Amino acid sequence: MTDLSNVTPTEMMTIAAARALSNDDVCFVGIGAPSAACNVARLTHAPGITLIYESGTIGTAPDVLPLSIGDGELCETAVTTVSVPEMFRYWLQGGRISVGFLGAAQLDRFGNINTTVIGDYRHPKVRLPGGGGAPEIATSCRQVFITMKQATRGMVEKIDFYTSFGHGEGGDHRKRLGIDTEGPTLLITDLALWKPDPDTKEFTVVSMHPGVTRERVQETCGWKVRFAERVEETPPPSKQELTALRELQARTERAHGKKGN
Amino acid sequence: MARFQSLSEAVADNLNDGDTVAFEGFTHLIPHAAAHEAIRQGRKDLTLIRMTPDIIYDQLIGMGLARKVVFSYAGNPGVGLLRRMRDAIENNWPRALETEEHSHAAMANAYEAGAAGLPCAIFRGYRGAGLKDVNPAIKSVTCPFTGEELAAVPAHRPDVAFIHAQKANRRGDVLIEGIVGVQKEVVLAAKRAVVTVEEIVDDFEGLHPNLCVLPHWTVTSIVEVPGGAHPSYAHGYYPRDNSAYLEWDKISADRDVFTRWMKENVLDSTPDVFAARVKGL
Repeated sequence: MTDLSNVTPTEMMTIAAARALSNDDVCFVGIGAPSAACNVARLTHAPGITLIYESGTIGTAPDVLPLSIGDGELCETAVTTVSVPEMFRYWLQGGRISVGFLGAAQLDRFGNINTTVIGDYRHPKVRLPGGGGAPEIATSCRQVFITMKQATRGMVEKIDFYTSFGHGEGGDHRKRLGIDTEGPTLLITDLALWKPDPDTKEFTVVSMHPGVTRERVQETCGWKVRFAERVEETPPPSKQELTALRELQARTERAHGKKGN
Repeated sequence: MARFQSLSEAVADNLNDGDTVAFEGFTHLIPHAAAHEAIRQGRKDLTLIRMTPDIIYDQLIGMGLARKVVFSYAGNPGVGLLRRMRDAIENNWPRALETEEHSHAAMANAYEAGAAGLPCAIFRGYRGAGLKDVNPAIKSVTCPFTGEELAAVPAHRPDVAFIHAQKANRRGDVLIEGIVGVQKEVVLAAKRAVVTVEEIVDDFEGLHPNLCVLPHWTVTSIVEVPGGAHPSYAHGYYPRDNSAYLEWDKISADRDVFTRWMKENVLDSTPDVFAARVKGL
């Protein structure tokens, strides 16, 4: 049975991320942690949410988490499946997506994301997979949620490459580039919820998960952390939320022989 | 007019050294058998285009067939990094590899522009993104009506496209269903197109009129290769072999293991093995 006393930080992160989505959202889902969160939302408080994967599957409802963005089940359970050019032109560029949900290899305090290279672009120390759909997801969705586990090598003072644009240098940088969408409005980590400061756009801790200290948030983050004047405590997972997540992961594990995020 | 050929004939007739070639499939219908035939025939100095170079591009690059790769996401989907491609970029093994990197939106638009016979694709993209500082093929145009600055990239016009599909009929019309990706666009954008199919049927009678069909006169060559997408999948025929993608991470991690695996499973093999690989999936 669901044991509420041994919730892992990753489970807390996924559930906190799921809570940020609403029944009316049309959500462009990245693979990995975002995919788990979006499907937990669909299986709990937001059964009407529209989940879209960049493979062209619109309104999908997979029983297990896909290993790739193009798994067959996404198509079989979708309301419709469109071509990839149509996906990016009519649906994403056309402004029909309310939330883009992204992960990050490197993130800075203004929500700029790097998933391209560690080190110099021409002579990288590590060549990462690259942006895929993210550069346009970050600017075409009405808002962007980011989810990642906290670590000093991931949450850095300066990212090595601007794969996708968040708030740039902060302030009104998006507006100056003619980008009229909101950009990153929420960062969900395994320790806390962060929201951009209304003026500077710097991510600020607004809620810490149960048992997490300010010291822990700081020592796993590469920049000097700002805390909101009033920092809430994130409500712990409910039995329903935790059961939905664990059952989803158990089904996924049985299907792929590998644990989903 | 589509010709029905063996895979070795189709590759020999359509893929030349130095060609720009796209083996497409967005997770689904990836033409693995065709890529393996290209490796067996030892083509050289290819420019590879693909939105999501995964295992087959890791193999083509690791076997030294590629001079350049044009791409938007170079990962083993759901598993991790592409280790052979990384080794080529980071260490020039087995040869140096030039890269031209885009976003998915740019690649999809570039295929569509190629299919539409346009010189370039125009879209709202790359705003604030670092790729436009490192890729000289990303430029911008100003909308003559609104003044909005939009991104522009050259159309993809590959010399040859390879895709896998579910069915062809006796005339050579090709049917694709499920996740269609950019299969239609890449065929229409390319000068020549080779399509491997799960099966050849008499006709498409009784099927839904809006299914994705490429008329026979848009396709150069058709080859029946059951299982030819494995370990990718063919909707309605067999599922994705996720364990093979996980396994690839280990095979590709080491140059010697990779080289041995390629000899056993590709160089010393034939297209006929694919049918057995999807049995029981």
